[in-house]
Amino acid sequence: MFLNQFLLLAAALFCIGVYGVLVRKNGILVLMSIEIILNAVNINLVAFGSLTDDVAGEVFALFTIAVAAAEVGIGLAIVLLMYRNRRSIDFSEADLLKG
Amino acid sequence: MTALLAAISPDADIYVAQNVFFGLIAVVMLYSAYRVVTTINIVHAALWLVLVLAGVAAQFILLGAEFVAVTQVLVYIGAVVVLFLFGIMLTRASLGDDETVREEKHAMAAVVGVLLFSVMALALIDTWGDDRIVIDEPQRVQEVSDAIFSRYIIPFEAVSVLLLAALIGAIVVARKD
Repeated sequence: MFLNQFLLLAAALFCIGVYGVLVRKNGILVLMSIEIILNAVNINLVAFGSLTDDVAGEVFALFTIAVAAAEVGIGLAIVLLMYRNRRSIDFSEADLLKG
Repeated sequence: MTALLAAISPDADIYVAQNVFFGLIAVVMLYSAYRVVTTINIVHAALWLVLVLAGVAAQFILLGAEFVAVTQVLVYIGAVVVLFLFGIMLTRASLGDDETVREEKHAMAAVVGVLLFSVMALALIDTWGDDRIVIDEPQRVQEVSDAIFSRYIIPFEAVSVLLLAALIGAIVVARKD
């Protein structure tokens, strides 16, 4: 197997995730797009790990999974708080910090 | 394309079955990811996300990383997607028709995505041209756990503290009072 086939798949997934983050208004859908981006990174880490036959790639992928789980927990709590305060989870309406 | 090339090349180290399944899973993953970012029904987006995550787990198995694949299924499909579904329920974010795509940003975001992909693809093809992955045997769980509990013990502890902090933080942020 070529290394590049995994890297190109990860790059395509990453770009789809970036498109989702830019184009979505709903907070939960933005978080889902971020999950796609993080998974693309994990594919890269594991692919390089098996290229060099090193266990470090898998260990780093496991750390990324743990951090992603923490990120989803905090992100959904923030979205929930936003819904409670504004009755809407539309990120394009959250512009309090806009100058 | 690369999968087909690898399947017909007379070189050594060809994995025909692996390449065929890589192509199938990759197509399913890309279509599911596209549906996640474009479908207007949020619950359907969460279910398409399950397909993407399962595809990533399948790619991990193709790469011989079985422990990461199992963790992917447990943590992502088991926990994160359920968390998303609870989030959708608690915010009642209009389960049916929900026009969430910003029309004015649609074209610009598509340009950004395509440009980003072309730059990354050029760089990757230029750098890793025809490097091949040779998988003699899957990484054994014992090696992974040995590495985590010896060389990477401090990052491991840091991640556990981070998870605890995130858990407490999520409770504090979402608490009603």
